[in-house]
Formats: sequence, C-alpha cells, structure tokens
Amino acid sequence: MQEQTLLQSKIEQGDFTRGGEVSSSLKDVLRKLGIKSETSRRVTIVTYELEMNIIIHSLGGEIEVLISSEQIKVVATDRGPGIPDVEKAFQPGFSTADDFVRGMGFGAGMGLNNIKHYSDQLTVETGQGKKSKFTAIICL
Amino acid sequence: MTRLGESSMKVRELADKLELEVISGPFEKEINGVYIGDLLSNVMAKAAAGNLWITVHGHVNVVAVASLTQVAAVIVVEDFPIESAAVQKAQTNQVTILRTPLTAVDLLRKLIELGV
Ligand SMILES: Nc1ncnc2c1ncn2[C@@H]1O[C@H](COP(=O)(O)OP(=O)(O)OP(=O)(O)O)[C@@H](O)[C@H]1O
Ligand SMILES: [Mg+2]
Repeated sequence: MQEQTLLQSKIEQGDFTRGGEVSSSLKDVLRKLGIKSETSRRVTIVTYELEMNIIIHSLGGEIEVLISSEQIKVVATDRGPGIPDVEKAFQPGFSTADDFVRGMGFGAGMGLNNIKHYSDQLTVETGQGKKSKFTAIICL
Repeated sequence: MTRLGESSMKVRELADKLELEVISGPFEKEINGVYIGDLLSNVMAKAAAGNLWITVHGHVNVVAVASLTQVAAVIVVEDFPIESAAVQKAQTNQVTILRTPLTAVDLLRKLIELGV
C-alpha cells in the first residue's frame, strides 16, 4: 500500500481549548481502520505530546499523520523558534514551560521522552531560531 | 505514583461501593491497577490501559490524556472543580470521570481494602 494521509491539521500557538483535538480525531480514525488498541495508544500519545509541544512551545505549526502497509508516520512541523539544545531538551525533567501551563499538569519535561519511547524511530530537525520538524514512525 | 495489583472489578461496582460522584460514563470497563499523578506526561509514561487514574485536575487536557492512555476511569479527588468543557468532552469521547471528597491517600486506602 502506498503512503496515505490519515489526517492533517493546523495547530495554533496557545490554543489550549483545542489542545488534544488532533489526537482525539486520530484515535477515531485508527479505530475505524481496525488498528490494534496498543498501537493506537502509542500513536495517539506520540501525536498528543507533539501537538501540545507545538501549542505550548512554538509559534504554531501543523501535524500530518500518514499510513502505509508497514507503518504509521507522525510529522509535526512548526514555525519556530526552534530548540537550541536538543540533547538537553530530551533530558527527563528539562522544561521551559511557564507557571500557567504547569498549573494544568504540563511541564514535567517528559514529553520528548515519551515520544521517543513510544516511537520505533524518531528524527528531529531543529536549532536556535529555526523551524522544528519531528518525524515519528510507529511500525504496524 | 503508585501501581497496585490486579483486579476484575468494574467501574460501576467501584463507584457504588465508594459512593463516588458520577460525572460521566461509561461504567462497564474493567479496572486493572491504579495510577496516581498530576503531571500529564508522567501519566502518559506510566499509566497503563485499564488503570484507575487518580488526579486533582478537572480540565479538558485530562480527558484527552485519559482517552489516549485508555484508562478505565479518572477519579478527581478532594472535590476539585471539573470544567464544564471537560464534562462535555468526556461525554463525547466516552471517558469516565468520577469524583470524591477524599484525598488521594484516603481513596487509595479504600481501594486497597477493596483489593483493587
Ligand atoms: N516544538 C517545539 N518548539 C520549541 N521548543 C520545544 C518544542 N518542543 C519541545 N520544546 C522544548 O523542549 C522542552 C522539553 O519538551 P518536553 O515535551 O519533553 O517537555 P515539556 O513540554 O516542557 O513538558 P511535558 O511534555 O512533560 O508536559 C520544552 O520545555 C521546550 O523548551
Ligand atoms: Mg511537552
């Protein structure tokens, strides 16, 4: 099967009222396709972490989810400001989240770790003052 | 962050036994272990499908996290407020939310007594 887009959605900076909508719609789509619930769990958690990171830490961006016969690919791109030190950002507990978002339970500094843990493959393109692009692959 | 042993109790039975306030259904899911925590990414890292998730948060992000992690139910402790948007979203997404005036620790004691 050729790669097909399952879902594509713009995500606005600071849009907490719609936070989680991409992952929620994705869960429905995956269920209708008959994807195993454990796989769906991994894909939707990865998508939610990427979605919330765009809302919380970036100037806005978009998420596209693609499927082929072998894998599901989640691509999150944003318009910056980029991550100056990726290694540091992946350290458990590292977070630049402010008090407002911490009050909602974000800012544990665990999101990137979760994305890595639940993905079979993860690539990150970013840098200070750059756009960020995360590509996460989960095998079917 | 705590995880307890196996159990085959359903959400409805638990809600009845502990007189939990019902915010949203369904109630037929089997409970399998407990996770306590308020940091959403930690919940996504540690809570397993079928767990009871005990938290103080009552906002929409909780509904999203509960739905994705596939927990059996969320129990909001200490009667913390639950946003009406969260209740609506829980109903649409079939996420079970219950509430209790108990603290997390007192609730946990009762869960242990019940063998959950
Ligand atoms: N898309 C992004 N653009 C810019 N910075 C980002 C982006 N995603 C993550 N970061 C940076 O990396 C840090 C770590 O991200 P991570 O998702 O692990 O933790 P968090 O979002 O701060 O907290 P949590 O995900 O646990 O709620 C963030 O605090 C932020 O500084
Ligand atoms: Mg994050």
